[in-house]
Amino acid sequence: MTRIDAKFAELSAAGKKAFVSYVMAGDPDFDTSLEIVKGLPAAGVDIIELGLPFTDPMADGPTIQLAGQRALDGGMTLQRTLDLAAEFRKTDDTTPIVLMGYYNPIYSRGVDKFLVDAAAAGIDGLIVVDLPPEEDDELCIPAQKAGLNFIRLATPTTDDERLPRVLQNTSGFVYYVSITGITGAAEAEAGDVGPEVARIKAATDLPVIVGFGINSPERAQTIASISDGAVVGSAIVSQIGAGKSVAEVLAFVKSLSDGAHRG
Amino acid sequence: MAEDLFNSFMNGPDEQGRFGIFGGRFVSETLMPLILSLEEEYNRAKDDDSFWAEMKDLWTHYVGRPSPLYHAERLTEHLGGAKIYMKRDELNHTGAHKVNNVLGQIILARRMGKTRIIAETGAGQHGVATATVCAKFGLKCIVYMGAHDVQRQAPNVFRMRLLGAEVIPVTSGRGTLKDAMNDALRDWVTNVADTFYCIGTAAGPHPYPAMVRDFQSIIGKEVRWQLAEQEGEGRLPDTVIAAIGGGSNAIGLFHPFLDDKSVRIIGVEAGGKGVNDDMQHCASLTGGRPGVLHGNRTYLLQDEDGQIMEGFSISAGLDYPGIGPEHSWLHDTKRAEYVSITDVEALEAFQLSCALEGIIPALEPSHALAHVMKIAPDLPKDHIIVMNMCGRGDKDVFTVARHLGFDMSDTEGRDLD
Ligand SMILES: Cc1ncc(COP(=O)(O)O)c(C=O)c1O
Repeated sequence: MTRIDAKFAELSAAGKKAFVSYVMAGDPDFDTSLEIVKGLPAAGVDIIELGLPFTDPMADGPTIQLAGQRALDGGMTLQRTLDLAAEFRKTDDTTPIVLMGYYNPIYSRGVDKFLVDAAAAGIDGLIVVDLPPEEDDELCIPAQKAGLNFIRLATPTTDDERLPRVLQNTSGFVYYVSITGITGAAEAEAGDVGPEVARIKAATDLPVIVGFGINSPERAQTIASISDGAVVGSAIVSQIGAGKSVAEVLAFVKSLSDGAHRG
Repeated sequence: MAEDLFNSFMNGPDEQGRFGIFGGRFVSETLMPLILSLEEEYNRAKDDDSFWAEMKDLWTHYVGRPSPLYHAERLTEHLGGAKIYMKRDELNHTGAHKVNNVLGQIILARRMGKTRIIAETGAGQHGVATATVCAKFGLKCIVYMGAHDVQRQAPNVFRMRLLGAEVIPVTSGRGTLKDAMNDALRDWVTNVADTFYCIGTAAGPHPYPAMVRDFQSIIGKEVRWQLAEQEGEGRLPDTVIAAIGGGSNAIGLFHPFLDDKSVRIIGVEAGGKGVNDDMQHCASLTGGRPGVLHGNRTYLLQDEDGQIMEGFSISAGLDYPGIGPEHSWLHDTKRAEYVSITDVEALEAFQLSCALEGIIPALEPSHALAHVMKIAPDLPKDHIIVMNMCGRGDKDVFTVARHLGFDMSDTEGRDLD
């Protein structure tokens, strides 16, 4: 049982929905980023998604592109990202961390070495955008063997025929991408999302969390009410990008988590 | 050797879209169903005579194929060694090989009922070819082009606009081809229902590398029969040479010869200011290592952390940190050799082609020609080199003028020297 599984057991026992927040590791710099991440659990975050900076984030909109650029400009690397997670783990041993990013930095380090290091740093799960089920042998299968969850994205283009394939080697939870598009772009319509979540839940026992296009406490509440939880990324990252203080960022996160927890 | 299917170099990719370890389908889940349906449609079309009949008709009457295979006599004499032929794909409609592939993809798009075409472009040649074919078929066309390239390839930007395309300058990254490809992919995940992504080189997720190669292979297939016509039945080239950005004109020339052991195959990468450690070049095979970008595993210019580096080249069309996966495989299996040529060497070749053959080449094939200049003098006179003159230089005259210190606004027409 990973920290992710434990967290969902706890939430479901309490009848609560999950609130998942995304921030880019090292944005705007290592220390500030660590301070923000350390403050997330107290701001009501159930699962931390930690962005791994990459030069070519093909599924991300300008907000997260710029965050990655800021992090890279500040000298962020895969190793520093793991360091940040390890620092966080010194003060929090229960809040799950999901590393989210693209495959090349991981491939470049070497999958086996990466998995050992990630587990040692206290990473619980991986979301790797450019690894569809067709490439499961690359990282998904080795990651599960190493005890990490591999969380797959399901999207509006994942039809019924394909869905079992997407769910097959998924663990931890399923991340439903509520729009066809990049992060931070469109707004998810609750009317479209509800039936899609139901469709996925009919095919799996895993929790279904919804992300992309959620940018306010109200939307977080609406989406959480029709799923197992909501992810907010760009809306938080844009606060960091606008130079808000750590306290301001965390207050905004708190408003979002309150919204999701009302759902 | 061609009968020896097990040892053939021509059977790739496998079911997973792999050439050895290279290639694959490294895309987000949103795009995965789209590339699967493209693969299905392409496989159907490939076995459909009517598809190839339509291609052939357009190649003949719209593009002007076959392009000539031209014996460059004065160049041959000047270099004093091997006999040099140029495959004149610069004479194609729109001025480069790019249109060979665009026609294939647009016919596929039409078969799939897609009405909105997106493309990335570096030099603008692929953008122009796409805009052209879209105009011909009345399709909406959006071209992503790095802001830096918009500047250095201004004539092509205007051509695309004349042809009715919308050109979107891309400012992310350093504003070159890699960044344009990122934004095209971002467009595609956003507009999944009506949009067809027309990739301009033999890279990207499977089936693009194989599909683009198949469309460009017309180049090498023509060379086979044209050379036999001019040099006698069964005569094959001894060496084939082409420039490599993503590798589409090169694989188009190389592929039909992969199983002809006697044919030496040389790909020429952009060496920029010289292949050294500070990445002032775009020579992915010489200066990079395997990684995953834009849907495929291939050699990439990257730092220790797996972050992609910006290349550097005088030629916008070669300015890409990756290379098509089939080339990576041909490199590792040693079936082909890959070398690099610097900006300075390419500029010299550019001028030599103008002066001796009356052919103003694009900067991309100028790289291939520069390598011909290096090796031809030491080869015997009966050694036949075929180089791919894959584009004409109209788009580059401003860039070249600047590098040669020639003021284009000087109406007095000051001499070059
Ligand atoms: C004339 C010409 N040659 C070569 C290239 C490089 O592409 P590829 O390597 O796919 O042939 C380009 C790209 O824009 C081009 O315009």
